Amino acid sequence: MGMFNRRLMLRRLMLMGVAASLTASGPALAGEGQPSPWEMGFQHAATPIMEQITSFHTYVNVIIILIALFVLGLLVYVMVRFNEKSHPQPTRTTHNTALEIAWTVIPVIILVAIAIPSFRLLFAQYDFPKADLTITATASQWYWNYDYPDQGINFDSIIVQEADLKPGQPRLLTVDHEVVVPVNKNVVVQVKANDVIHDWAVPSFGIKIDAVPGRLQKTWFRAERTGMFYGQCSELCGRNHAFMPIAVRVVSEEEFAGWLAKTKASASLDDAGKVAAAQD
Amino acid sequence: MAHSAHVEAAHEEHPYGWRRWLFSTNHKDIGTMYLIFAMVGGCVGGLLSMGVRAELMEPGLQIFGNPEVFNVFVTAHGLIMVFFMVMPATMGGFGNWMVPLMIGAPDMAFPRMNNISFWLIVASFTLLITSLFMPGPPGTYGVAGGWTIYAPLSTKGTPGPAMDFAILALHLAGASSILGAINFITTIFNMRAPGMTLHKMPLYVWSVLVTAFLLLLALPVLAGAITMLLTDRNFGTSFFDAAHGGDPLLWQHLFWFFGHPEVYILIVPGFGIVSQIVSTFSKKPIFGYLGMAYAMVAIGVIGFVVWAHHMYVAGIGVNTQAYFVFATMVIAVPTGIKIFSWIATMWGGSLSFRAPMLWALGFIFLFTVGGVTGVVLSNAGVDRSFTDTYYVVAHFHYTMSIGAVFTIFGAWYYWFPKMWGYMYNETLAKLHFWLMFIGANLTFFPQHFLGLAGMPRRYADYPDAFAGWNFVSSIGAYIGFAGLLVFLFGIYYAFSRKVHAPANPWGVGATTLEWTLPSPPPFHSYETLPRIK
Repeated sequence: MGMFNRRLMLRRLMLMGVAASLTASGPALAGEGQPSPWEMGFQHAATPIMEQITSFHTYVNVIIILIALFVLGLLVYVMVRFNEKSHPQPTRTTHNTALEIAWTVIPVIILVAIAIPSFRLLFAQYDFPKADLTITATASQWYWNYDYPDQGINFDSIIVQEADLKPGQPRLLTVDHEVVVPVNKNVVVQVKANDVIHDWAVPSFGIKIDAVPGRLQKTWFRAERTGMFYGQCSELCGRNHAFMPIAVRVVSEEEFAGWLAKTKASASLDDAGKVAAAQD
Repeated sequence: MAHSAHVEAAHEEHPYGWRRWLFSTNHKDIGTMYLIFAMVGGCVGGLLSMGVRAELMEPGLQIFGNPEVFNVFVTAHGLIMVFFMVMPATMGGFGNWMVPLMIGAPDMAFPRMNNISFWLIVASFTLLITSLFMPGPPGTYGVAGGWTIYAPLSTKGTPGPAMDFAILALHLAGASSILGAINFITTIFNMRAPGMTLHKMPLYVWSVLVTAFLLLLALPVLAGAITMLLTDRNFGTSFFDAAHGGDPLLWQHLFWFFGHPEVYILIVPGFGIVSQIVSTFSKKPIFGYLGMAYAMVAIGVIGFVVWAHHMYVAGIGVNTQAYFVFATMVIAVPTGIKIFSWIATMWGGSLSFRAPMLWALGFIFLFTVGGVTGVVLSNAGVDRSFTDTYYVVAHFHYTMSIGAVFTIFGAWYYWFPKMWGYMYNETLAKLHFWLMFIGANLTFFPQHFLGLAGMPRRYADYPDAFAGWNFVSSIGAYIGFAGLLVFLFGIYYAFSRKVHAPANPWGVGATTLEWTLPSPPPFHSYETLPRIK
């Protein structure tokens, strides 16, 4: 059971905890494009949709924590107030119409208060804007292929093994060729699969969509910050389900134009027409 | 000669030795066999989960060189806990034991069918265990597609016969459950003692009745779906193959049309158990009895029209999602009625904190936590972030898994004196409770954080940032497993000490019919039918 590195592990955990508490203050603990150690909330939102998901979740989370604490409080109260010692003679009360109506109607009101912003969020997610860039992500066991149909670019994106990682590259998230997109542009992602169901997800973008054989599904995002944003296959797809990450590099428009030119140039040299996407 | 003829007749009446069990038509003996079966299933499923948590304790692959074997463990853990632990315990075990006693019937309506129900589940379990040793996905033994066995991973993705064994196992388990459901429905509708109207039935009997209808309506859909899967795999049909006019989403619709009622099949009997325990140890009749009974009926009915909330990211349209958001939220209302009615039952009572009551109280808290995260997940907009992450794992373990397990242990200690005629050891039972309560919360609460941070479920290895909470979660799992060992030791202890239990060890709060019988009840419980005022 990996006993030999148990102590190492514990030390690493403690270090991570210390590092997290030193470097992070409050919400900054949220991961930027990837999870961070001991994270207790969402990764930092990088799209308007994820911001909306985050604020909706905060709202609902407050409600459910209050409800859970209310029930816990009632439980503690009855345990203290109505235990055998303090209340030896039980009552025979079995009905209270007003109370029963209240605990039916009040939850309905709470649910309506949740449902209204919930539907607003749901329909916002499906309110597709005009696409500035379209990408097709095709899943296979166990890697992604990305196609930029309007730019004529196509490449595979495969996980980088632990031994080949460069310093600073996160394990199990790093790929050889990332998806590159411009910042502040509407990107529509079409998702399909060759063999079994996979799922294209990027947590800090607030998107997750199954790649289903025989279907062309789509989602969209508008990244508002540059940087690296990671996701992982989110539908069980077999042996290497945990080893086909999704990596999106959001760059400025100029950088994107440069990447396009460079990638196309290398494409013209490639007989197969399949590009080893240039990385800088 | 006359003497030996008499002995023969007595054998007919009351077989002994292995015949008593193999040919049993007695609801109590069959209930006992179901309970032993559930314990075996629970131990196997529990050991599998220990393998899962041991692997996930640290980043990297330590236990399983082949991540597909990890998937086999996860899949088998899920299937075994659902079909071979919770269902045999709550329905087959306690249902068989207690429903006839509680309604004043001498036995189940179809005693021989009861026998075949039990032996089918044994055959089913044998097939499922066999599947672990058959070739499944390329290069691996067993079924690795998760308990949901989504096509096409379960068709083209699993060429080996392991999947066919699992499908046939589910067929037998389904047949067993359907026969059991018919038996319960017939018994409850036709064999209640004089004077026991439906609205006087104990809530546990109500819960079994509701669950029996769920089984009767949901399991044939599973049977149809897995038959289609079987023919897709072996006979060239293409129900779930998009390349030949089928659709992988058809499988998901069919599976979840069964699967969502299934999660209520797992927990509704627990609702009934908790009602009995809370009423007994508060020394008060249940608060809002009719509301409690019909809340279960409502949960059962609504449970059939919410299935696609498991499929928000599968590619169903936005308006379909909106409907399922709405329908799913509605379930919170009857569930809330149940939680508040339990608390109102305790309100003004005189609570004694015997072991069964601790389990019931623990359940009410855990189920509330799992219930409110269910409200979060019902919202398609935010489920987009949570689905297929550990948030979902935390949610369903809090509700139908740990929730259901807590009701099973509550029922075990509650009816232990009645079923076996011995008292359990209170200290061991409470130690068992506290280990499980701390273990379960330590295991599953941090998984909410993992899910929020984006850790996908069914992962044998994870990015290093998830290490912290996974370590905590695994420690919690080990503590819970220690609780399981205390449980087993408690059984050994009670049966070796043999402290005889009175007919009613719980006092004035225990008002249902089973407490009027000696402990253990005679082979044929009621010589004359009880009359209910």
